[in-house]
Amino acid sequence: MAKVVYKFGDDISTDIIYPGRFMATVLPTETPQYAFADNKDLNSMLVNGQIPKGSIIIAGKNFGCGSSREQAVSTIKGHELIIIAKNFARIFLQNSVNLGLNTITCPDIEADVDDEIEITENKVINKTKGKEFDIIPHPPARQAIIDAGGLINYTRKKLLEKV
Amino acid sequence: MGQTIVQKILAKATGRPSVEIGDVVEPNVNLAMSHENAALVINQFLEIYKGIGLAPKVWDPSKIAIIFDHRVPAESSKTATNQKKVRNFVAEQNITKFHDIRGDEMGICHQILPESGYVRPGYVVVGTDSHTTSHGALGAFSFGIGATEMASVWTLGTILNVQVPQTIKVVVNGTFNQFVLPKDLILYLIGQLTAEGANFRVIEFHGEAIRNMSTSGRLTICNMTVEAGATSGIVPPDEETINYLRNTAGVTDEIELINPDSDAEYEKIIEINASDLVPQIACPHTVDNVKPVENVAGVKINQIVVGSCTNGRLDDLEIAAKILKNKKIDKNVRMLVFPASGRIYKEAMKAGYLLDLMEAGAVIVNPGCGPCLGVHQGALGDGEVALSTTNRNFKGRMGNPNSEVYLSSPAVAAASAITGFITDPRELN
Repeated sequence: MAKVVYKFGDDISTDIIYPGRFMATVLPTETPQYAFADNKDLNSMLVNGQIPKGSIIIAGKNFGCGSSREQAVSTIKGHELIIIAKNFARIFLQNSVNLGLNTITCPDIEADVDDEIEITENKVINKTKGKEFDIIPHPPARQAIIDAGGLINYTRKKLLEKV
Repeated sequence: MGQTIVQKILAKATGRPSVEIGDVVEPNVNLAMSHENAALVINQFLEIYKGIGLAPKVWDPSKIAIIFDHRVPAESSKTATNQKKVRNFVAEQNITKFHDIRGDEMGICHQILPESGYVRPGYVVVGTDSHTTSHGALGAFSFGIGATEMASVWTLGTILNVQVPQTIKVVVNGTFNQFVLPKDLILYLIGQLTAEGANFRVIEFHGEAIRNMSTSGRLTICNMTVEAGATSGIVPPDEETINYLRNTAGVTDEIELINPDSDAEYEKIIEINASDLVPQIACPHTVDNVKPVENVAGVKINQIVVGSCTNGRLDDLEIAAKILKNKKIDKNVRMLVFPASGRIYKEAMKAGYLLDLMEAGAVIVNPGCGPCLGVHQGALGDGEVALSTTNRNFKGRMGNPNSEVYLSSPAVAAASAITGFITDPRELN
């Protein structure tokens, strides 16, 4: 069980998640400080540790559209948030699989800030609203990367098979 | 059932006779491009090799391109240190397609790749930049990936788990009217499709208006297909592609043209008549918020930007220079021009375009990504408005969340520079 801490609309770009002016900062250990930097409320809650790990952000369609910058994923991953969106932009979704950020595609999701959410293998259950919504699972090939613990592990394994 | 161009390219890149839409494949990569974010790719690449007793070695240094463009010359010591790290790696690994901060080789990656002959029809191209879609202009399947995925490509030479995408066919017939440019076509299309309308799909361009379009214009339209969410845009290669590769890119070896079958399967077909198009504007803060210029004419502008991987090529600078020759930019506007490469900079210099633009009051900035992504040149003040030929207008994109960015063609940008407000170039004089 986890709580919704923030709710976004559609088309949240990587410029909103991780503004371009911080792109010289690349290391996953350093990017979390700039998460949603231009959204002062959300950024200060995250940076000041007021949001527990495992909390949920709700979003509409096309979350993570725009730039391929991987910082947009590592910055959220650093705070161990879960993103439930109606759908995700392609590169962002693949980057989240590669880095192990928990992204859940749930086209009909209804949830508001402070709602209590339970996530099962194939459903998002909104306990507060008493409703449940289907998850679109990752295709097997993408799930294999998640199961390997991310793309670095997965590639390392493939490399060792080749040599 | 016939095959789309991307199906054929993926079949070739996986050594199969054909692939079906939805298949998951692991194609060989012909070209792997990064810019300054190679610093992060290097970090992830070294991570892959950690603790396995193998010396980190890229799969094929001749197939990796690294082009500094996002922050050139370095705006901070942090960037300069990242660039230094990349330079050292390039030397260690013998990466040859490296473009450093030099007037004779620098430029935006999406201009350097085509003009250097690095991209060929039928190639699989990946880049750690979302606008890698651009190179579909030359008939390649070219798409953006993240840094960790690139580290995997550097290691294995393949791109893992590519699902063969659906394709949307866009047929553009008719001819463009004066002051209506490829940028107007792609803005119009994005407005129709919406920002996620082509997510996980390829957009294949057909029709006489595409056949008659220069490679520069094709790069503009393929560049912005990602703004409708597309994995890639692609133009079936033709005579124009060959002419560009031979005469501009200096390619002398054999060029193989891969084209779609006439009975290929498309998810949908969109028809557009270029003759009906008028200049378009993408309004704040999403690229799909597109309106005809007449609906936003009169909006006051503080900064005009002409350049970028979308519209920083010679024909873009030419139309801006022609509109501004012997005119003066409005006193309340600053205009920044950044050619897409050193080569284009020199050509525009020789043709007199840069002189015309400077005499009108424009500032010519060195080739690079410039103000587009708000990193180090031409940031906007609170409450200011920009009109830009770049590709994104997201909130905060030009470095200030309290500003607004409108997107247009270079013709609209130049006309608006004269008046100080958004102006239809057809209404000048």
